[in-house]
Amino acid sequence: MALNLLYFFVFPGLLFVATAGALLSWFDRKITARVQFRKGPPLLQPFYDFFKLLLVKETILPKHGSPFIFLLAPVFAVFGATMAGVFILLPLFNISTGFKGDLIVIFYLLTIPSFSYITGSLASGNPLAAVGSSREMKLILSYELTFLLLIAAIIMKAGQKFDLNSVITIQQEGTPFIRSISGVLLFIVGIFCVQAKLALVPFDMPEAETEISEGIFIEYSGSAYAMIKLAKYIMFFVLPAFLVALLMGGFRLEGINILWAVLKIIGTVLLLTLIRNTNPRIKIKQAVSFFMIWMNLLAVIAIVLIVFGY
Amino acid sequence: MSKKTLIPVGPYHPLQEEPELFKLYCDGEIVKDIKWETGYNHRSIEKLSESKTYEQVFFLVERICGICSTSHPFAFANAVEEIVGVEITNRAKYIRSIIAELERIHSHLLWVGLAGHFLGYNTVFMWAWKYREPILDLFEMITGNRNSYAMFRVGGVRRDIENSKIQTIQKILSECRKKNDLLTGAVMDDPVIHARTKGVGILTKQDVLDYCAVGPTARASGVAIDIRKDDPYAAYPLVNWKVITAEAGDVFAKAEVRLLEMYESFSIIEQCLEGLKKEKEGDITVRITEIPEGVGHGRAEAPRGEVFHFVVSDGSNSPARHKIRAPSYVNIATFRKSCIGQTIADATITLAAVDPCYCCTERMASVYDMSSGERIMNANELINLSSSKTSELKKQMDRK
Repeated sequence: MALNLLYFFVFPGLLFVATAGALLSWFDRKITARVQFRKGPPLLQPFYDFFKLLLVKETILPKHGSPFIFLLAPVFAVFGATMAGVFILLPLFNISTGFKGDLIVIFYLLTIPSFSYITGSLASGNPLAAVGSSREMKLILSYELTFLLLIAAIIMKAGQKFDLNSVITIQQEGTPFIRSISGVLLFIVGIFCVQAKLALVPFDMPEAETEISEGIFIEYSGSAYAMIKLAKYIMFFVLPAFLVALLMGGFRLEGINILWAVLKIIGTVLLLTLIRNTNPRIKIKQAVSFFMIWMNLLAVIAIVLIVFGY
Repeated sequence: MSKKTLIPVGPYHPLQEEPELFKLYCDGEIVKDIKWETGYNHRSIEKLSESKTYEQVFFLVERICGICSTSHPFAFANAVEEIVGVEITNRAKYIRSIIAELERIHSHLLWVGLAGHFLGYNTVFMWAWKYREPILDLFEMITGNRNSYAMFRVGGVRRDIENSKIQTIQKILSECRKKNDLLTGAVMDDPVIHARTKGVGILTKQDVLDYCAVGPTARASGVAIDIRKDDPYAAYPLVNWKVITAEAGDVFAKAEVRLLEMYESFSIIEQCLEGLKKEKEGDITVRITEIPEGVGHGRAEAPRGEVFHFVVSDGSNSPARHKIRAPSYVNIATFRKSCIGQTIADATITLAAVDPCYCCTERMASVYDMSSGERIMNANELINLSSSKTSELKKQMDRK
């Protein structure tokens, strides 16, 4: 029991994923700034942001809403993201082997933050938040199927193994999945799914600052918003790590390979950052057809290739 | 579902920097109706203008708009010079045109950046503004100010561009042109920008004529109106250039027109600089001792379209009446045609695509009762309210 609590709250749980995510989000902001001829924030800026929101800023509750659900939603988001993080990182760091079928559990856990945002924003009673949450719903509907296809393809590639640990060991004993045609296709699909899950440009329409002024988060302030920031930091580490585990052979924590593990994560985040800095925000309709048609097509092609052994 | 949701864009909204209110009545994501309210920014420029001398009015009208701060003095100068009936020297004409065209370049670059920002494309935002910086430095070199240049006066300009500076200016301009190529290429060839802006917020030729839209908004719909060609002033008849038009009338066409117009501006400036070399240095003003009685109309092509100034002179040293019409005044009205039926995402970029400038436009405010629609306060009452509040504040300050 105590060990499980340690796993959840310290390593590889809340404390670790949040710190790693905050540092990665600093990296993202710094790269963005350099791309845009700016100087960028100092290393600890994400922590300053978080603690200022948590400790200094007051939390304002919307008058016409349900404050209970409104305040509970961000906490759920943090818990969902942390749980997903723990289940992904335990096998990834080779701490425990996980359990059979944990890929399915992770898939569900990864959607909890998005659903929490929707619930929380609808509880705020703001029309802009309603528009934002309806966009988030459409976005989830469009990318979840693709994400599921990705996981299904990985399961097939790993020889019908439903747990993350075997997926990682199969890659570490053989070659990483990304070194095959189907693996590359799946990586493209995965990157775009992660981009949409993180709601980064071009898929940031639920927030869309200049259209609906942060949409789903418009009513959040103070410590409630700090929780949302925390959930976002966690997701910023967990999703790239999941992608690394699924396709790039996970981590090997000995000697020079530690550096490789770090580079894999940073490389994935760099790719996400570059995509978000070289594209405008697309419309929700375009996002739906992008995932429903093109990304699903790519995923299905990858699955067909896997069947033929490529 | 017949009940429409009200999505407010404003009074303070990240979409636009100035206070304004667009009420988008939406059914889901589709905009069914649009209403707008301005009047947050009324500064009674016209009234103030009547209490200032002609020389001072230039500084006043320059502050109507921070971005196109030369178009208003330009139009005012044209109006007053029509009353006086004076022809300014060629050197002054060239300098006036150089300032106005530099301003067009920086204003269009600013718009391209903002449009990128509105689309969530912050890289374009930062790059365009970075490339705008040398233009502002150029302004500082020529006029001493990065903005609000204070270059115009009745009968000419205040400062000369020395011939020794021309080479440096040409060098900076050619560098800017190269950067502009990069930006234009990046915007015009980006497939995702095409997907976001093509076919969005279409304004047909007939709509433009119906709503009397001006400037790039009209030119993007294939209506070739440009005051610089239609009613030539300053150095525009002396140089070679063409009016840029596009046919589609959508947001992309508006961006295209603005991006290509910048090249025309570069070419106009270069020709003006060549022209400057031929004129005598220092020959920049015509001495005017008296403004006679009469009326004058001044028009100038601001980056956003036609600026119109109407000045009545009673022979004294300040205007008896000064009427200003800014381009956004007519362009904002086109939103009824271009926004209704679009999604919210499209409507917001359409709102931004005419490059509206509210502080130019706002002239009068009145207060209505929300429920009955009855007018509660008119302009005079508002002015009284304002002055009584000011005197109250003054009393409080005296007490302290």
